[in-house]
Amino acid sequence: MNLRFTLNGKPWQVDCEPQETLAEVLRNTLNLNGTKVSCEVQVCGACTVLVDGVPVSACTYLAYEARGKSVTTIEGLEKPDGTLHPLQQAFIDEFAFQCGYCTPGMIMSAKALLDENPQPTRDEIIHYMDGNICRCTGYVPIVAAIQRASEVMSKETKK
Amino acid sequence: MSAEKKTDFHVVNHSLPRRDGRVKVTGKAQYVADLRLIGMAYAKVLRSTYAHAKIISIDKSRAEARPGVYCVVTGYDLEGLSPYYGHAVKDHPLLAIDKVRYAGEPVAAVVAVDERTAFEALEFIDVKYEELKAVFTPAEALAEDAPLLHERQFEAGALRGFEGEVSAGKGTNICQTHKIQWGDVDKAFKEAAAVVEGNYYFPMTYAYAMEPYVAVAEVNDQDVTIYSSAQHPFMVRHDLKSVFNLPVSSVRLIVPFVGGGYGSKSYTKIEPLVAACSWKAKRPVKLQLTVEEAMLTTRSDDAYTWMRTAADANGKIIARQAKIVMNTGAYAENSPLVVEKSTNRCVGPYAIPNVLIENSSLYTNTVPASSYRGFGCAQVTLPGESQIDELAAKIGKDPYEFRLANAAKPGEEFFPGMRPFDGTLKQDLETAAKAIGWGKPLPKGHGRTVACSGSDAGAYPLTSTAIRVHADGSVTIMTGSTELGQGSHTVLPQIAAEELGIPFEKVRVVSSDTAITPYDRSTGASRTTTLMGTAVLEASREAIQQMVVMAADVLKVKIEQVRVVRGGVRCGEAQLKWSEVISKFYALPDGEVIGRAYIRKSGKFSALPVFWETAATGVEISVDEETGKITMEKLATVGDVGLAINPALAEGQDIGAATMGMGIGLFEELVYEGSQLVNGSILDYRLPRFSDLPKEVELHLVQNQDGVGPYGAKGGGEASLNSMAANIANAVDRAVGVRIRQAPLTPERIWRAMKEKRDKG
Repeated sequence: MNLRFTLNGKPWQVDCEPQETLAEVLRNTLNLNGTKVSCEVQVCGACTVLVDGVPVSACTYLAYEARGKSVTTIEGLEKPDGTLHPLQQAFIDEFAFQCGYCTPGMIMSAKALLDENPQPTRDEIIHYMDGNICRCTGYVPIVAAIQRASEVMSKETKK
Repeated sequence: MSAEKKTDFHVVNHSLPRRDGRVKVTGKAQYVADLRLIGMAYAKVLRSTYAHAKIISIDKSRAEARPGVYCVVTGYDLEGLSPYYGHAVKDHPLLAIDKVRYAGEPVAAVVAVDERTAFEALEFIDVKYEELKAVFTPAEALAEDAPLLHERQFEAGALRGFEGEVSAGKGTNICQTHKIQWGDVDKAFKEAAAVVEGNYYFPMTYAYAMEPYVAVAEVNDQDVTIYSSAQHPFMVRHDLKSVFNLPVSSVRLIVPFVGGGYGSKSYTKIEPLVAACSWKAKRPVKLQLTVEEAMLTTRSDDAYTWMRTAADANGKIIARQAKIVMNTGAYAENSPLVVEKSTNRCVGPYAIPNVLIENSSLYTNTVPASSYRGFGCAQVTLPGESQIDELAAKIGKDPYEFRLANAAKPGEEFFPGMRPFDGTLKQDLETAAKAIGWGKPLPKGHGRTVACSGSDAGAYPLTSTAIRVHADGSVTIMTGSTELGQGSHTVLPQIAAEELGIPFEKVRVVSSDTAITPYDRSTGASRTTTLMGTAVLEASREAIQQMVVMAADVLKVKIEQVRVVRGGVRCGEAQLKWSEVISKFYALPDGEVIGRAYIRKSGKFSALPVFWETAATGVEISVDEETGKITMEKLATVGDVGLAINPALAEGQDIGAATMGMGIGLFEELVYEGSQLVNGSILDYRLPRFSDLPKEVELHLVQNQDGVGPYGAKGGGEASLNSMAANIANAVDRAVGVRIRQAPLTPERIWRAMKEKRDKG
């Protein structure tokens, strides 16, 4: 079946099977391997992408459900000139990853959080991010990275 | 101890950003899961539904007839291969042969054009079993009428890693035994002023590397090439060489970024199976396990420990005795080494004059157990550090002061025959105690404790590397150490940049391709910074020596006239950077110099362990007396790392490890009911989440440059896990007065213990 949707800001059209998940289409058909798959049961958050700005687990979200919608993946955050999104930079600056497998999903969830609530408290970060598992960092530097990105982004908005 | 105390560092001991940062935050980092080869097929695995059964027949004809299926591989299709592998004990068939030994064991693999086709064909394989009696616990495995899991004696693997003889297959279900003994334990316990004694259980746990096991194999008539998410590619190469009866040079393991390891990806896992699939299907094959399948592949050894510890009237620990029985599951994997290590690690980092520890691991019809971060240490630190607190209470001492009084001292040979203690435990404990506010008043229902652990770490010192200095002054490090997230791609360049006097940004790492990178035995036991770090340091210096000779040639002076300065050489007025030395030597702006280093059990690495891995942790918890639920109020980690090559990375290892340890202390546990693993999915296996974050966290490093590694560094990254379950058990005792000798300390267990205490009045 034919799937038309917006992917990282560009109109896109692909063939997909009705049973294919968004993660399968992104990874296998479109070669966008940044979206990682781990638990496949919507528990770990590694495959988080944004559909119309809302975080979804691409491992269980049928690709066809994205028809006519706007999908943002980790590949869509870096600007064409190579500038990183403040969250990406903050994750580097705060050492907020080790193996990196959860990182794309973690950053996409954090983006959804900051888009919705630009200056979250520590408790709000913890509550919002609870659906993303990281096995390496103990979460401490991830909270710090989200706080740092929030500060950077609010300064940018004021400029 | 390292003689070299340098402090004016340019690159080392700075928290420089991770070298793999940009690719990991942009989704460009490549893992095996992302890899596709031209013509690649996909495999799926049929797993045993029985815990213990004879295989009567396998009919694969219906599955093989399905469109899109290339072939079905079973244990009966492996003629020409040596299908049993294992670095410690060669007991593990790559697919079940004649019988299955646990529910979930691979019985057949379908190779098909895509994953879905392979998966759909699985149900068309007909396997007939004859069920056998099964055993699930060490006690059942030891019973007189217990069925034998393995009927024959096995060869020891070539790289077995443990000191004792292979115990497996001698007509019992005992996989491996180990014992340490010094002093006179019986006499000491008779003379003791106070003794504590108890039985403890440490659960089966699952590491949950978020990238499940995955490998791609390409086997042709001459060579085996495997891309795998493996911590120890050289060890896996050895197993594959044996399975395919090939020379080492014909087997190539390539490991890109690894999506988490924590010990669970050490040694050989699915590589022989995927290689056999490629060999049969005559094309590249990818096998990607699901998390549920990964949970049926490796777990930690659960451990039943009886322990007693004695003190004299002056508060000196005088004896410790333990009997440990570990459940290794259906195959030995790395458990024989885990048995040896957990035996050694019972001593803790304490100077105890009388010790007797007896340990054995038992084959049972459960998922095979193997390495898990901390390597047997957490299993025995739960009883060990629990008893330190209990003993302190019994003789009326403050448990923190009691630890300080008995801790091994720097340079003390507290473990006979082993490297003298190279840590500073007093400072570690003081730092942890201060961080959690030791001695300050606490609200009701709160408990505060510190604990520590001591691990004979670093595994075996066999490591080599090559450093290529290019004509533009940039550098490529060739290392067999795998980047699991621990930061080897950052730390090793820091060392090379420090030595060669070049910018950190100009150093790149090529890692873990056995056809290209020099041999490194393993990436585990916290050894990379110490051993590979030393190799990189020495190889850098060897390159400098070569470049001094080249500079003398270029400048037409004697070698003795050339002086090394930061980033190059000087001779009189003439000063040359390394790039200039190389370009002038070759008379072209091209070419390179290769520095090499070989580390073996010799010189400063003659004594084992390579180093003692030590850390202190401190916690404050509160217990909800209505529900028994624990809240983590505070957590402090203190890594005794000698010198942190990159402090932020070292602290990151500590908090990561402590969080895994906290998970075991609070809720992580694989549960068997009969033959089935009942919580074998991430839906049911509870892992630490954001909402489990302690309310306050402090991370500290103790850096006395007392390690054997570069600039006095030594390893970290496991030790903060080891003491966490004990810390939580001790803190619960202090908070609500119940002693729980089992992890995890679930609300139900605490609530029941409190109720029992109340009922007794």
